[in-house]
Amino acid sequence: MKAQRTHILVCTGTGCVSAGAFDIMETFQKEIEKHGLQEEIDVVPTGCNGFCENGPLVLFEPEGIFYQRLKVQDVPFLVEEHCLKGRPVPTLMYTPHRKKTPIPAMKDIEFFKYQKLVALRNRGRINPEKIEDYIAFDGYLGLAKSLTEMSPEQIIEQIRISGLRGRGGAGFPTARKWQVCKEQPNSPKYLICNADEGDPGAFMDRSVLEADPHAVIEGMAIGAKAIGAEKGFVYVRMEYPLAVERMKKAIKQAEDMGLLGDDILGSGFNFKLSVAIGAGAFVCGEESALIRSIEGQVGRPRQRPPFPAQKGLWGKPTNINNVETWVNVPQIIRKGGAWFASVGTEGSKGTKIFSLVGKINNTGLVEVPMGITVREIVFGIGEGILGGKKFKAVQTGGPSGGCLPESMLDLPIDYDSLASVGSMMGSGGLIVMDEDTCMVDVARYFTNFLAGESCGKCFTCRKGLERMLEILTNICNGKGKEGDVELLEELAIMVKDTSMCGLGQTAANPTLSTIRYFRDEYDAHIKEKRCPAGFCKELITYSILEDKCIGCGACKRVCPTDSISGEKKQTHVIDTKTCIKCGACVEACKFDAINVV
Amino acid sequence: MPKLTIDGLDVEVEKGTTLLEAIRFLGIEVPTLCHNDGLTPLGACRLCIVEIGKPPRSKIVTSCTYPAEDGLIVHSNTQRVINQRKLIIELMIATVPSSKTIQDLASKFGVTKCRFVPEHGECIHCGLCVRMCNEQMMAGAIGFAERGKDMVITTPFDKTSDVCRLCGACMYICPCCELRCQGPNAETTVCSGCLNLEAPCLDTYDEKMCFLDPCAACELTGPFRAEKKKKVQA
Ligand SMILES: Cc1cc2nc3c(=O)[nH]c(=O)nc-3n(C[C@H](O)[C@H](O)[C@H](O)COP(=O)(O)O)c2cc1C
Ligand code: SF4
Ligand code: SF4
Ligand code: SF4
Ligand code: SF4
Ligand code: SF4
Ligand code: SF4
Ligand code: FES
Ligand code: FES
Repeated sequence: MKAQRTHILVCTGTGCVSAGAFDIMETFQKEIEKHGLQEEIDVVPTGCNGFCENGPLVLFEPEGIFYQRLKVQDVPFLVEEHCLKGRPVPTLMYTPHRKKTPIPAMKDIEFFKYQKLVALRNRGRINPEKIEDYIAFDGYLGLAKSLTEMSPEQIIEQIRISGLRGRGGAGFPTARKWQVCKEQPNSPKYLICNADEGDPGAFMDRSVLEADPHAVIEGMAIGAKAIGAEKGFVYVRMEYPLAVERMKKAIKQAEDMGLLGDDILGSGFNFKLSVAIGAGAFVCGEESALIRSIEGQVGRPRQRPPFPAQKGLWGKPTNINNVETWVNVPQIIRKGGAWFASVGTEGSKGTKIFSLVGKINNTGLVEVPMGITVREIVFGIGEGILGGKKFKAVQTGGPSGGCLPESMLDLPIDYDSLASVGSMMGSGGLIVMDEDTCMVDVARYFTNFLAGESCGKCFTCRKGLERMLEILTNICNGKGKEGDVELLEELAIMVKDTSMCGLGQTAANPTLSTIRYFRDEYDAHIKEKRCPAGFCKELITYSILEDKCIGCGACKRVCPTDSISGEKKQTHVIDTKTCIKCGACVEACKFDAINVV
Repeated sequence: MPKLTIDGLDVEVEKGTTLLEAIRFLGIEVPTLCHNDGLTPLGACRLCIVEIGKPPRSKIVTSCTYPAEDGLIVHSNTQRVINQRKLIIELMIATVPSSKTIQDLASKFGVTKCRFVPEHGECIHCGLCVRMCNEQMMAGAIGFAERGKDMVITTPFDKTSDVCRLCGACMYICPCCELRCQGPNAETTVCSGCLNLEAPCLDTYDEKMCFLDPCAACELTGPFRAEKKKKVQA
């Protein structure tokens, strides 16, 4: 980047772009030219900052002042005030929930305060489409070091010291995986970057590709040297057009600069990289299914062993890692494995990106040190539960993760502690649920998703999930029977034990964990025909509380079935026979007079 | 050559052998459904499960697809395997109660109840027909389409196939179309015929030779048992 007085960093991740970031950027440029400031102020498009719900976002450096939810018409005023008169504009800054004073600096905002950026170190600060920007922040130094000073063994040794484990789900030690692939006698060898990211609601990989594509290239090139591979693929899902475009651009730039291709940096080492577009289902993210998909076959998992490292793409040794795993590599090589290992817990080193969603005040993408507690994420970064409600559970690890109760708020988040309580790290999804969430319905929802995503090959995964869904649906509909929970558990364990791939093996987690921690909710549904969260339609009735209703009639006006009657200023009543339990009256009543049990 | 331990017995096998082959080589029985010696293993039915490794880190794998690796410790009939296998059979019965092959598995492994609402389906997606057509008949007329619970066996684009030779091999090998069990109905998903030892062949086939073989009922009380045996030997 040029040495200018101010950099205006406009977030151009997918979220902000869909909120109009490109128009904002253009207007900034126009305004700056209008004021003749183009020599002093540089407008830079950057990758996603993770706080997309507040987009479009803009950061003014070097002051670090953060503006959010910008509209095109705000820009002229902002340029005039901030850039010309040197007066930051508080009305466009971020104000925390239930507070009045805006926070000017990004680093002081709760959402950003607890984060530690390693994999996402370049997010929001470089232009991802310029290789020069990446290089300006020590980019490709790791590759240079590994090509000129290090042997493959030394590279793998640093990865081993770093303690890096795969970020794609299972948390397999990366150094061990590389070692196995390196030791295979046959060639050629292939590398794959798994950016399929099929978890609904997750976008950590997309964000990395959009914010820092060169880090993926550098990581893979270093891996190629360590393993002895000459060709790599970045498998990106079709739904990520911006990521694909940036990745392709980055590859082209790296090729032009001699950082990919033949005889990289004059070291005699060759490595080619291309983008493969995935159009597949959730299960295509599973490594063996992904490999088949690149080969042009139907994306269905196959038997492992042989593992991809032994027999992968076109039957050749193939090393496959997640995007986040790859982007950690350049920094480990540049700064040393011990540097990376200084953050995190005993068994899980470094940082992890999480996608924080659900009934929480701040949602978005956050990178935090391993070992952070659920409480710090939910009540620190997330600033607590939406609408001041009570926390009930958090699901970690995507659709097939387990749901953890309030008593586990202080659990450190790492691979092993999550597994020990019946959940998993997965790719890093975190869904926060409040007191109004029915845990049986949660199990039903995710079982339904997974039953639909099962490739269908294994009888137990296909039929087992289908039957589990049937029982869960019955329970939610008030048709649960004595013994259902036991049968459900039996099925869940069978699906987990006897299915072939990770999808089937983890698909029982939502059911098993909700039975384990929220058994009382199952029992209430089955024995008392009651949904404690007041969610399952078949098990709730709406009524109006006499002592609270003031007879304003607001509910009556919104009821789609005319089920509410009552005179002005008199207590209203709901006819439960015609009520369709849509909940509109609850929304409309300002006096909390409508009771749902 | 990989050396492994199966149910406490040491065995050495050729490289490339599957666990199922190694187990059968020792004369130990493992039930299979989607496996056929002439076809590529698929691992669809999960009946052939065995436990590998030492508890608590042991895991369950399908022996028909798992390679016999050096140093592997295999248990073919642990309580865990037995329990899961029984539940798999119970699920299969609920899926296709009219399959004699599955009913026989149920009686053999002591599955006497079915806690699921029967579907009265026609296919358990074992993929035998697909592989038969592809690998033995070299026609490739049928395949799997869709996924999960919507998975079906069909021809490309559901159109009448112009490569199918109507050889019937797919039907011949199918565990669901092949022999229909006469017993089960909506109330009794698990056919109790064999278990009650009332050979149904008596009124179904009358004096004619029954082709249900093996039939558990027949083995025990069947009136034509002797005749059948003679015919098999001849
Ligand atoms: C159903 C299923 C979906 C998966 N989806 C992804 C995915 O979207 N991205 C990913 O990196 N890994 C995914 N995985 C994990 C991969 O199989 C594989 O373990 C991973 O890419 C290895 O990389 P790592 O060692 O860097 O974690 C999935 C696994 C399963 C079973
Ligand atoms: S476990 Fe499920 S998704 Fe995985 S291969 Fe078997 S059927 Fe397919
Ligand atoms: S829940 Fe819906 S249908 Fe029922 S009374 Fe309220 S508004 Fe009317
Ligand atoms: S909106 Fe509330 S207070 Fe008003 S009539 Fe309806 S129940 Fe009563
Ligand atoms: S009958 Fe047709 S579909 Fe069946 S095996 Fe023969 S060729 Fe294939
Ligand atoms: S039709 Fe028969 S052989 Fe083919 S998959 Fe279904 S059960 Fe198996
Ligand atoms: S007795 Fe005959 S009809 Fe009944 S299950 Fe056995 S083979 Fe089928
Ligand atoms: S796209 Fe701007 S914060 Fe995510
Ligand atoms: S026989 Fe092995 S899975 Fe069917």
